[in-house]
Amino acid sequence: MANVADTMPDPMTGEDGIPLKTKLRIAERRNRIKAALLVLPLFAFILVTFLVPIGQMLYRSVENNIIADNLPRTIELLSEWDGNNLPPEPVFETMVAELKIARETKEIGKIGKRLNYEMSGMLSLFKKSGRKVRKLETGPYKEALIKIDKDWGDPEVWATIKQVSDRITGSYYLAAVDLKRSPQGEIVAQPDYKQIYVSLFIKTLWISLLVTMTCILLGFPVSFLLSNLPMRTSNLLMILVLLPFWTSLLVRTTSWIALLQSEGMINDLLVTIGFIGDDERLKMMFNQTGTIIAMTHILLPFMILPLYSVMKTISPSYVRAARSLGANPFTAFWRIYFPQTLPGIGAGSILVFILSIGYYITPALVGGQDGQLISNLIAYHMQSSLNWGLAAALGSILLAGVLVLYMIYNKIVGIDNMKLG
Amino acid sequence: MSDSADNIVVFDHVQKSYDGENLVVKDLNLQVARGEFLTMLGPSGSGKTTVLMMLAGFETPTHGQILLEGTPINNVPPHKRGIGMVFQNYALFPHMTVGENLAFPLEVRGMNKADAEAKVKRALEMVRLPEFGNRRPAQLSGGQQQRVAVARALVFEPELVLMDEPLGALDKNLREEMQYEIKHIHESLGVSMVYVTHDQSEALTMSNRIAVFEDGVIQQLAAPDDLYERPDNAFVAGFIGENNRLFGKVIGEDGASCQVELEGGGGVVNAKKVNNGGVGSRTTLSLRPERVTINPTEGQSANSCKARVEELIYLGDHIRTRVTVSGNEDFIIKVPNAHGHPVLQKGTEVKVGWETEDCRALDAPAG
Repeated sequence: MANVADTMPDPMTGEDGIPLKTKLRIAERRNRIKAALLVLPLFAFILVTFLVPIGQMLYRSVENNIIADNLPRTIELLSEWDGNNLPPEPVFETMVAELKIARETKEIGKIGKRLNYEMSGMLSLFKKSGRKVRKLETGPYKEALIKIDKDWGDPEVWATIKQVSDRITGSYYLAAVDLKRSPQGEIVAQPDYKQIYVSLFIKTLWISLLVTMTCILLGFPVSFLLSNLPMRTSNLLMILVLLPFWTSLLVRTTSWIALLQSEGMINDLLVTIGFIGDDERLKMMFNQTGTIIAMTHILLPFMILPLYSVMKTISPSYVRAARSLGANPFTAFWRIYFPQTLPGIGAGSILVFILSIGYYITPALVGGQDGQLISNLIAYHMQSSLNWGLAAALGSILLAGVLVLYMIYNKIVGIDNMKLG
Repeated sequence: MSDSADNIVVFDHVQKSYDGENLVVKDLNLQVARGEFLTMLGPSGSGKTTVLMMLAGFETPTHGQILLEGTPINNVPPHKRGIGMVFQNYALFPHMTVGENLAFPLEVRGMNKADAEAKVKRALEMVRLPEFGNRRPAQLSGGQQQRVAVARALVFEPELVLMDEPLGALDKNLREEMQYEIKHIHESLGVSMVYVTHDQSEALTMSNRIAVFEDGVIQQLAAPDDLYERPDNAFVAGFIGENNRLFGKVIGEDGASCQVELEGGGGVVNAKKVNNGGVGSRTTLSLRPERVTINPTEGQSANSCKARVEELIYLGDHIRTRVTVSGNEDFIIKVPNAHGHPVLQKGTEVKVGWETEDCRALDAPAG
């Protein structure tokens, strides 16, 4: 003891006089920095490729600068307009002036397109007017514009322009759930022929649910078998389960087409053995059935793997104990074995379900008209209609839905109980 | 035991093979008396657990019959046998509370809730865990889980309870405590118990009779004291307790004893005839360390032999002394730390002696 006291006058101070606490803090900070440096590349990658795009998507789903940027003075004047009759002459005058500028800067098409989302006919109105206002030099502009296109005489056109003048808009979200704002500013349903998104969301959820259920029904027995086989055999069979992972998604999906289409192998076989007539070939492809079959096949490993890893850890002595306590084989399974597989079923289901509701390639290839999911429509708005705002709103709703599901799952099962491997 | 009605379990020429080539259990004949605590003791792979699993119904005999209460049960599924069982790792259902675990066997028997609750309560009191009904198994300590497992195997009042190395996962102190507890439960309830273990002290503490298994065969079936003091063969002598072995050749016999010439030049000694072959055959002499005297006085012991002290280990109550006797360097003698005990020095030559009665001539070593 005397020795220790000699070398360390104060037990809380190191030999070099720096307090022990400070030294500990320095050492801990160094470790933290080291750990941070190790994950930094991945973090940067995720930031650039994942978080920033998500942020952009969320922004784009509410962003609405095009009108405010290009028709600033018109909408300023419109803000004082009561919306009952046509706006006064100065509004027409600035509109003409700003149309001319927009024509120069080639923004006029974008303005028309944005307004067209709210009211059809606006794009052609703006394009036509843009061409013709060049020659307009003197007023009265009201009559001149209405002469170019009589739509300018419709107060609803002006009300629509006034309505989309805000820089932040919820109209994409409204559109994504089949609603819109009437020119009077009330939220109303879209006309019947435009109501597609809500039913498509419901269909997407429904198909995802069906795919998840079939994956449970097909995956459970397979996992059970795998977990009860000796290691060597189960490893061999596991390769068969994993085999689809090593094959291109496109190849797998197109093979289903070859199998299931009306001139495909299964129909040919059924016709050949006389089970069905040549004219009553089953429609298993390019519809919902095709989407469900192909997606179940592709997503099945995501169910089997977590289930297998959970079942592997359930000791056979539980079922034996239940049997010795007087439970028949079914009771032992249902009351003792099955409840212990629930974390695996939960993990597999949430994986399959989340993957399903965002599935794109398979429904695009085999879904036909009626097997399309919401992601196909998002892609359509991204690539064809170029209504990125709506695509972003649909995507954001999907993202929110997944997060809500995840939270519900966490509440019910607890994410700690989820076992993926 | 002569009356077959007293036997709750009878194994009648039971054989078991998993692969069709090797027998794990060879021609087992065993009777378990009603109310008996029978332990099957043996090293791992000796077939004892297989015997237990056949009795529980999780394995079927390849040949022979098992009778429970006089009825053949080969084709009775486990849940209809009414045998309580405690598993190696307790197998408490993790998704149920302790109370639900205990109620499970009553529930599947269709007992009404109130009766079941009363029984569960009593069972928990029996294992001194009355307050634990609402806990999950994972919230209990190893010893508590063990008690719950015992209570669950007893709660439906079976006549027979099987235990498969139930104390294997506990630490030493707890294991000893649980040994006494299980023993007391057995005594107070009067159920028959068949207990499997590889721990000989466990077997000696708890059992009425012990069946020593090796290589699928019962080597000896006897009460604990018999097993320790009068082993039938070299395996049992070596497996139960500490044992000194000397090898030699039988050169003469008279009555209950025989003369054996030791290999390694130890001379000729007398031994009790137990399981040795005739004159001219090899034999294993078995001697317990506490039955050997160092430097016996003239006429104190019937046999004596030269020995060299190799090692002395002080253990408080006795001094563990390792000597070389007739070429065997691992000959252990326990010298009690009593007044006037011989003080030995490493490397000195001494004499060791023993009674003919304590030196048992057993079967020849293999090979």
